[in-house]
Amino acid sequence: MKYTLPIGPIHPALKEPILFEFELNGERIANVDVKLGHVHRGIEWAGMRRNPVQILYLAERICGICSVSHPFAFSMAVENAAGIEVPERAEYIRVIMAELERIHSHILWAGVAAHEIGFDTVLYLTWRVREKVMDVIEYLTGNRVNKAIYMIGGVRRDITKEQIPKVREAMDYYKGLFNKLAKVFLHDKTIKMRTEHVGILTREDALKTCAVGPTTRASGVPKDVRQDYAYSAYADLNIKAVTPDIYRKEVVGDVYDRIIVRLFEVKQSIQIIEECIENMPGGEIVSEPKIPKLLATLKKAVGEGIGRHEAPRGEVFHYVKLDGKEAPYTWKARAPTYNNVLAWIPMLKGEQIADIPIVAASTDPCISCTNRVSVIKGSNKYTLTKEELHKLSVEKTKRRMRNGIL
Amino acid sequence: MEYYELLFRVIILPILALGFGVLFGLTFKGIDRKLAAHMQARVGPPIRQPFRDVAKLFTKENIIPENSIPWLFSVMPILCLVSAVSVLLYTPIGSFEPILSGYGDLIVVLYLLALPAICLVIGGFASGSPYATVGAQREMVMMLSYEFPLAVAIISIVWKLSLVYPGENVFSLGFIMSHPVWNTVGFSGFIGCVIILFVLCATMPITLAKIPFDIPEAETEIAGGLLVEYSGKNLGLFYLADAVKTVAFASVVAALFFPYGIACYFDVSTTGGYVIDFIFFLVKLFVVIFIGLTFIRVAVARIKIDQVAHIYWMLMTIIGLVGLALIIIDSTGVIS
Repeated sequence: MKYTLPIGPIHPALKEPILFEFELNGERIANVDVKLGHVHRGIEWAGMRRNPVQILYLAERICGICSVSHPFAFSMAVENAAGIEVPERAEYIRVIMAELERIHSHILWAGVAAHEIGFDTVLYLTWRVREKVMDVIEYLTGNRVNKAIYMIGGVRRDITKEQIPKVREAMDYYKGLFNKLAKVFLHDKTIKMRTEHVGILTREDALKTCAVGPTTRASGVPKDVRQDYAYSAYADLNIKAVTPDIYRKEVVGDVYDRIIVRLFEVKQSIQIIEECIENMPGGEIVSEPKIPKLLATLKKAVGEGIGRHEAPRGEVFHYVKLDGKEAPYTWKARAPTYNNVLAWIPMLKGEQIADIPIVAASTDPCISCTNRVSVIKGSNKYTLTKEELHKLSVEKTKRRMRNGIL
Repeated sequence: MEYYELLFRVIILPILALGFGVLFGLTFKGIDRKLAAHMQARVGPPIRQPFRDVAKLFTKENIIPENSIPWLFSVMPILCLVSAVSVLLYTPIGSFEPILSGYGDLIVVLYLLALPAICLVIGGFASGSPYATVGAQREMVMMLSYEFPLAVAIISIVWKLSLVYPGENVFSLGFIMSHPVWNTVGFSGFIGCVIILFVLCATMPITLAKIPFDIPEAETEIAGGLLVEYSGKNLGLFYLADAVKTVAFASVVAALFFPYGIACYFDVSTTGGYVIDFIFFLVKLFVVIFIGLTFIRVAVARIKIDQVAHIYWMLMTIIGLVGLALIIIDSTGVIS
């Protein structure tokens, strides 16, 4: 007996609106369709009416968790377009901030994942230990979530000598905690029962669906922007992508592997932060401290730039085109979840209803960051086929060529 | 029987049982929530929170979905509560005899314990939501899984008693209460009884559908499953039924394994003895609920329905049968 079960757009398992349409055979999933577009906010549209420094703060609000990753990628894109050099000390501070974010994001994810499998005790445990890193972030930047520390050409706040002991203390706290967390997540019987051989994404599927971040690394693909296209201070640090074979004999690509990858990435982030604190050079923290002067430079700049950063969920990509006006001509942001949407389909097929929440959560999705388009045409036409999209694209190119833009 | 005695037995005592079940069921629920919260490093709600919840639910609008079967949908919550209360009529409370002692025995209790779950299943199917249907299917699979180990556990105890006291009505809970099984067994029988107790405690969270077996409700998976369409008064009745069922199940466990009273150790009048035994009974219930529900609930994750079927059909049944075998060895003297 086959029947369909819609999960979403509003469902207790989903923290953000997205629609899964499942075709079920008893408890087994025969087929799944994913529909996005419920929380399109038009951030890029709003950004193209503002100057790059204003966009920086808008970019910070694309995602509630990656509030460092998006400004990081955006400022790199603008610096790339305008040819601005970032002082070395600022690069190190940027990396420290990005890694602090990774720690808090991965621990947050662990709690959410535990909640999805009904293990609320672990949710409370992990979110309690997460407070330490949040405190450090607040101590360094003045804010817990929207840190507003990035600036085009550097950062806005220095990490002083007096602040370093507190950061070190927090890192020691997490190092001491690592074994405890590993015991909870990797040895607990019920967690193993729920995550081992569940939601398998094979290496081939991971490559085919262009998955990014821990999702693809857990399938044994050593893809990490910090390693492959070392940028910022990561270039000095010799980073290796974490794959599950660090702990497990063979890579399966299941949810358990994704737990392993995230857990060991927390460990890696701690090492990175410690190394950065150790080797942080002196000097300026921003290339142009006077904002009006910076804006004047950006206004004159013409060119395109890209910024790529390995966010906690995978590669975040920003594209900026400056055309000598106050606002950029184009700003395009691509959040990592966008790449991981297709990876859900091979993961979910053949699994049970009970696995849906944990498998969906295992990519650490961030739906509102992903939503870049929402098609409302007529009353209820919702989906566009590949051919229709191609037609639209051809039409747009022709129109722009006629208007002399291209 | 005089008609006023009949009246007393049929109307007054069941109402008292309902009052007892609701009052202490909700209190234990509150204690359970508070203790679970403390174990999870939270403050938790005040102990009277379940009372407030029920009071609020009874004032809320009672929505009956369009594509449900309305009469079935509305009758099931009442039936669920009634069947949960009727278990209490057969279980000894404190040192009082069961209200309906002589009119039914442990086998009836076994069926009555299954009835609330059946009501939930029917209510779920009647509500016409895919989530509720999935939840109802899961509840049915769970019932099939735990009935056998539960039956093995209960039958083992009764079988042992029937061997020691031939010719008595050993299936009556009153009788089991006054003849503790622990006094009748030797060493291997003792081990067997401990194993049976373990099996019975392990069937407690699954009978009451609590984590790790809250599969039919599974908030994050099927949005509340069976109860997804229930609201207002109906949901409140299910909530009460759950609370009463918890007390009822715990009192069955207490009657089977911890039938002792402590009043004889105090130099008090008969009334005082009843009070002391009643308080002691509450303590026993608390211990059973704490071990069987609260402790397990905070220590594990929710498991999947196929895993439940596997664990209970295979593992728990085997453990139960090992316990039974030990009791048999003990009584037939194969080893000693």
